Amino acid sequence: MNLALVKPTMDGAASDVFTVARDRLPGKGPVAEVRQAAFDDFIQKGLPHRRIEEWKYTDLRVLLREVAPLAAAPDQAALDRAKEVVTSLDVNGAHRLVLVDGTFAPQLSDTTSESGVTVQTLRAMLENADIAARADLLRTSVASDAMISLNAAMATDGVVIDVAENAAPGKPIHIVHIATQSKAAAFTRSLVKVANGARATLIESFVAADGTAGYQAHDSVVLWAGNGADVQHIRLVEDARDAANIATAIVTLGERTQYRAFNLTSGGAVCRYQAFLRFGGQNTHADVNGVSLLNGRQHADTTLVLDHAVPHCTSNEVFRAVVDDSAHSVFQGRINVHPDAQKTDARMMTRALLLSDEAEADNKPELEIFADDVQCGHGATTGALDDSLLFYLRARGLPEKEAQALLIQAFVGEAMESIADEALRDVAIATAERWLAARG
Amino acid sequence: MPAELETVERVRRIDVDQYRYGFETIIESDKAPKGLSEDIVRFISAKKDEPEWMLEWRLEAYRRWLTMQEPTWARVDYPKIDYQDLYYYSAPKQKKALASLDEVDPEILKTYEKLGIPLREQEILAGVVRPEGEADGEAPRRVAVDAVFDSVSVATTFQAELKKAGVIFMPISHALREHPDLVKKYLGTVVPTTDNFFATLNSAVFSDGSFVYVPPGVRCPMELSTYFRINERNTGQFERTLIIADKGSYVSYLEGCTAPQRDENQLHAAVVELIALDDAEIKYSTVQNWYPGNSEGKGGVYNFVTKRGDCRGKNSKISWTQVETGSAITWKYPSCILRGDNSRGEFYSIAISNGYQQVDSGTKMIHLGKNTTSRIISKGIAAGKSQNTYRGLVSAHRKATGSRNFTACDSLLIGDKCGAHTVPYVEAKNSSALFEHEATTSKISEDVLFYCVQRGLSQEEAVGLVVNGFVRDVLQQLPMEFAVEAQKLISISLEGSVG
Repeated sequence: MNLALVKPTMDGAASDVFTVARDRLPGKGPVAEVRQAAFDDFIQKGLPHRRIEEWKYTDLRVLLREVAPLAAAPDQAALDRAKEVVTSLDVNGAHRLVLVDGTFAPQLSDTTSESGVTVQTLRAMLENADIAARADLLRTSVASDAMISLNAAMATDGVVIDVAENAAPGKPIHIVHIATQSKAAAFTRSLVKVANGARATLIESFVAADGTAGYQAHDSVVLWAGNGADVQHIRLVEDARDAANIATAIVTLGERTQYRAFNLTSGGAVCRYQAFLRFGGQNTHADVNGVSLLNGRQHADTTLVLDHAVPHCTSNEVFRAVVDDSAHSVFQGRINVHPDAQKTDARMMTRALLLSDEAEADNKPELEIFADDVQCGHGATTGALDDSLLFYLRARGLPEKEAQALLIQAFVGEAMESIADEALRDVAIATAERWLAARG
Repeated sequence: MPAELETVERVRRIDVDQYRYGFETIIESDKAPKGLSEDIVRFISAKKDEPEWMLEWRLEAYRRWLTMQEPTWARVDYPKIDYQDLYYYSAPKQKKALASLDEVDPEILKTYEKLGIPLREQEILAGVVRPEGEADGEAPRRVAVDAVFDSVSVATTFQAELKKAGVIFMPISHALREHPDLVKKYLGTVVPTTDNFFATLNSAVFSDGSFVYVPPGVRCPMELSTYFRINERNTGQFERTLIIADKGSYVSYLEGCTAPQRDENQLHAAVVELIALDDAEIKYSTVQNWYPGNSEGKGGVYNFVTKRGDCRGKNSKISWTQVETGSAITWKYPSCILRGDNSRGEFYSIAISNGYQQVDSGTKMIHLGKNTTSRIISKGIAAGKSQNTYRGLVSAHRKATGSRNFTACDSLLIGDKCGAHTVPYVEAKNSSALFEHEATTSKISEDVLFYCVQRGLSQEEAVGLVVNGFVRDVLQQLPMEFAVEAQKLISISLEGSVG
């Protein structure tokens, strides 16, 4: 591949994206400086391509081609279209925070205050000159790559949530990303702080208004869970079939913290979800599960990096991919065990089910271990549906499609078990069922 | 003797000096001037009396190499190699062609004796075969040996008997003269000259190695073996091995390597190409024991090796077995291209690192044909301050229906200063491909050690016992001659890693 030929046109277009949008991006002074530095970093690296090891299977220069121009702030028509989407959401009874085309929409959000939960918008905070450290909202030291930099440079809005010490809000917090503009890009960044001893459930949904096509959603979430906190984090990616979703989660966990994450990708043409988890305190446990349900020409990539930096932590990852037609599933999972992180127990299991001869599944589970007193393991399997199981079900009178559906449900079920909240688990199961029904 | 006792005995016998092959042979040698240039390539080619096309082939590789960059993706760390500060050709001085093995320089024969090849093997290397049923009543197991000393092959045994079976086993430099058509047909077809930085360098400057051709339907009557020895200072060893198993044939090939103990690093960049045609089988075993450097990480061999087998015919089989205990740096991925339908690839590996050794090794199983199967068993043991990485690829292409793979890689950590890493790539582009991969990393269980110690074993004996159990799956795959040697090596490599 001739990168020299691809690069200039690409970065030229990207440069325009930033130059054109610069005046509309919230925050002046130090914030603008951080944006410029982040953007320079992105320009220098360019869109990630297959020569970058972390992006080996997801070559954005081929899949994304270019960064779409920044979406305009939503007008009334856009908000009306978004409203229709909101009313049809599966998740009910949550504290809903809606972002339309990368801008917070108070009229669609649940603004009733709940005790122990503070919600602000990123835009307001970036523009508030009284906050000395406002530029830090766009910074992170945990992970770096071109797409994280691009997000920092371009982020227009997002929510900043604080859950107070020992608070246990009754309702889950639901961040809803709605796209209404075709061929435009939304850049959002949310920061969630769950203080010591608090409990919280965070749900993120990515959806589009009817008829929105070819858009890009660039999101990042920075999450801190304090000592003894208990956090559930659920992501539902149901973007339009030709959309792109590039998302990063940066998670820092304290001592005795419980963190359970679940990601379901069923929409989007090109999806990348990269999560960086850092264990900052002892006796912490994390479950990071995921399911990808793909067909057509979808490409979905889940990349996890778990940093066991301290002793006595445990982690468990279960990933399932169901890949039909000529879709492409990617799973990369790396467990890093630092030299002092003795007594780490880390498990990772990824399985892919290929339903068609055109389908492709790439798995790259990695262990990087520098401590000796640990138990670490990973497993990866790839295969088709078991013929003997299918035969068994068909012999009992089930039509082929139904038999397949049953087996696929069982296959993805294991990854969904980590969702403690039954209502939410039902939402995930319902999504899977819809996907199976659409398969016909 | 029960296995436990044997282990205890072995551990007891370990010398203080860990590397037993570190001596140097003082011998006059014929060297090319230091450095690398087109002239050196021409010099090597002329020394070997090679046909014109071979020189062109080398020069093309050399020109290509000049445009390439040294790969940096492996998890190994070493100072930059100055490729102009090496001798690319060094050969023991030799006055005339040898009529028999007795004429081999006694210093060289002594070297092989000192390398601890068991006495009988030594006799065989010297060409003395006992009549069957003599003395101890055991039929001697015969191994044909090609001994490579620095850049040239000094002796190849059993040539006549092999010839009777139709098997060609000779230094590749001789094969280029005697069987140019065969070499031309297959050389570089598995590892092309453009393959990678080290393989391209090797293509330009390789000086010797073994050539094996087993004709259709022949089961090679004995094990073939090559013993590599780097002796000269500042010398790179670049050997090239080419093994062709024609239709329905079988060959088992062993490879061993050692080097003197030196403070500076030595470079070894070999290429091995295996070709199995229809229904043929090649079994390739390596015990790699290059000098690993001293306890401070000084010296040692840089081992950058490209090994690849091509299961070109249907129902063919290639099996790699390796025991890696030496080298300061190992960069080695014996691979199988499963091109023929129903072909099978196997990879069994034990990689042990101690001191400051760095190992980045693994395999690639590339499934192209229908109903191809592969199996990977990799055992990594890291001790001291070493880093041990398994890096492997299993891929099924669109047309590889019914392909199967099973991979198990386990790592054992001894001590808290070392690292063990697993980087597998599993790529499936065919729905009927069934791939299973599992990997674990852990330390030796305290319970197990406690159990052994409580029954009277010392800590070190207990570790030896557990490690031998851990690697047994792979040791069983080695030919008998090597299994014993390998077991000894494992104990020696772990010396000093406990307590």
